[in-house]
Amino acid sequence: MKRDFRLTDSTLRDGSHALAHQFTPDQVRSVVSALDAAGVPVIEISHGDGLGGSSFNYGFSHTDERELLRAAAEVRRTAKLAVLLVPGIGVADDLHEVREIGVDVARIAVHCTEADISEQHIGLAKRLGMEAVGFLMMAHMTEPKELTEQAKLLEGYGADCVYVVDSAGALTIDGARARVAALKANLGCQVGLHAHNNLSLAVANSLAAYEEGADQLDGCTTGLGAGAGNCPTEVLVAACEKSGIATGVDPFGVMDAAQETVRPLKPTQGIIDRDGLILGYAGVYGSFLLHAQRAAERFGVPTADILLELGRRKAVGGQEDMIIDVAVELSRQAAAAAARS
Amino acid sequence: MPKVPCAIVGSGNIGTDLLMKLQRSPLLEPVAMVGIDPTSEGLARARELGVEASPEGIDWLLERAAHLGVAILFEATTARVHAAAAPRYREAGITAVDLTPAHVGPLVVPTVNLEEHLGEPNVNMITCGGQATAPVVAAVSRVGPVPYAEIVSTVASLSAGLGTRQNVDEFTRTTARSLEEVGGAAKGKAICIFNPADPPILMRNTVFCALADGYDEAAVAASIEAMVAEVAEYVPGYRLKSPPVFDPGPYATPGGPAAGRVVSLLEVEGAGDWFPPYAGNLDIMTASAVRVGEALSMAAGTRFLRNTPAACGGAPSPPRTPQEVTP
Repeated sequence: MKRDFRLTDSTLRDGSHALAHQFTPDQVRSVVSALDAAGVPVIEISHGDGLGGSSFNYGFSHTDERELLRAAAEVRRTAKLAVLLVPGIGVADDLHEVREIGVDVARIAVHCTEADISEQHIGLAKRLGMEAVGFLMMAHMTEPKELTEQAKLLEGYGADCVYVVDSAGALTIDGARARVAALKANLGCQVGLHAHNNLSLAVANSLAAYEEGADQLDGCTTGLGAGAGNCPTEVLVAACEKSGIATGVDPFGVMDAAQETVRPLKPTQGIIDRDGLILGYAGVYGSFLLHAQRAAERFGVPTADILLELGRRKAVGGQEDMIIDVAVELSRQAAAAAARS
Repeated sequence: MPKVPCAIVGSGNIGTDLLMKLQRSPLLEPVAMVGIDPTSEGLARARELGVEASPEGIDWLLERAAHLGVAILFEATTARVHAAAAPRYREAGITAVDLTPAHVGPLVVPTVNLEEHLGEPNVNMITCGGQATAPVVAAVSRVGPVPYAEIVSTVASLSAGLGTRQNVDEFTRTTARSLEEVGGAAKGKAICIFNPADPPILMRNTVFCALADGYDEAAVAASIEAMVAEVAEYVPGYRLKSPPVFDPGPYATPGGPAAGRVVSLLEVEGAGDWFPPYAGNLDIMTASAVRVGEALSMAAGTRFLRNTPAACGGAPSPPRTPQEVTP
């Protein structure tokens, strides 16, 4: 089937944040079956923070991600399976096991200025015969020119595609467009965009990225995902069809998958409420939301204040531990202020 | 008591910072630095600081070790260099304090397990994350079982050299191992993050320890606070950002079920010798290595006294020939 870009669905990876990493093998089987039947070409499955993410810091998985991948491998027919790996959280060796399970695509994610920590991981993915995708997270924190330099490093390590990753949902249409255009102009490999919906721009940014030549785009059914959620796969597919952009995916098939398979999971995130919007507005890593809400309750301080302070401190992806730190400090300041008055 | 002569192998930034700290040591006397680059700025700095310096590497050092009386050396090169050189140091009777990830000798943290390894010919300084967090895990495990410990080390991007950046996996694996072997946790996990914020952030470490049923909050907190004070004796910028935070469980951890957890938030500000103060991750490595070297020098002095009581007339002397420090 003709397609103008390649769609990767991350319901079972980024969407895992919205369910506190509690996916079960049965849920994975039903989501993978539905997406595969709809023609989704790539399906990503891992802990929300990537392989090895199951932890105190990010939340323990209900089911080991390797078991979830095995469940997916049993039912997929044509879709490729992908994993995320964040160097510093997962290790390159994790790729050996998932390759044996049948994973085809390794997406290696780094903060947008730290590309050089991923050389071993991209190299191993290629040696294992996998497709390697470089993921430049929190891409709003660096300008297109610097982002291009980092992307070139990833390409040099062997990446088949480099993604602009708007982890905070903070990119406006111009910002997304400029970054994708800069990468397309300077790289020989493919370029992708991974959009979040904090400013309600995920689909618009994805279409703008397509216009700038993006070869790969990401979505999650129902927009399931960290913070205000991701680019909703079924909406992106429908909008593409109406714009004459071929996705190779059956719009009704993904609508059904979203409505009948994913919505019944009743996620607690993936909506643009005040906290979700603040993440995008202040440029804060989306996965911090659930942890910030828990810390807010635990230490009696507003979630919004925690998120804004994390933005001021320029916390990067993975620094969930700083949330406790900030919450303790804010509660101490509040107590000191109360004592003075 | 005369100081024990020691040498530094590696003329990079770590070597320079070590040299500056060793020159303040009441127990150790840095007498030589070797590198492999004749144009090395580190060697030039060493000469300015009054230390013999040579670009002819380990061969040069071993030829002169006996003459210089070198009893202890600090390896600040790479794991590969150290693994190849370690047998030669041992043969020469020089105790090696290894700052590389070579793991030739046991992992040591001065406040936790140094005493049991004072007879070793080679000790390993783990990683900056291990030096900063394994003591806290050990503090918790000395009051009760720790089924699982997990740490998050965040360092300023500018403070992480290419060697570290290209070997992140080695950092996380070695650090995790130290939580078990040194910290006493049944299972350890380490996470490492580079933060590019400008101005650079101080090194931060978060230590999560799973607690077994019936844990005593007050005892755990007191043990952690005492341990942090002990580490701060040799790393003055090492501190808890707030009192340990206790969260009741239950938790299903990779090391088994836990009734609760304790979270310790630490930061490390460097002494600002050669590295800027934000690079607490580098400072804790060199400061801990000097502490280990000092303990080895005292142990060597005692051994010398015990072995040749008549020659010493009571006061412990540092060994003057390398053979005398062979355990």
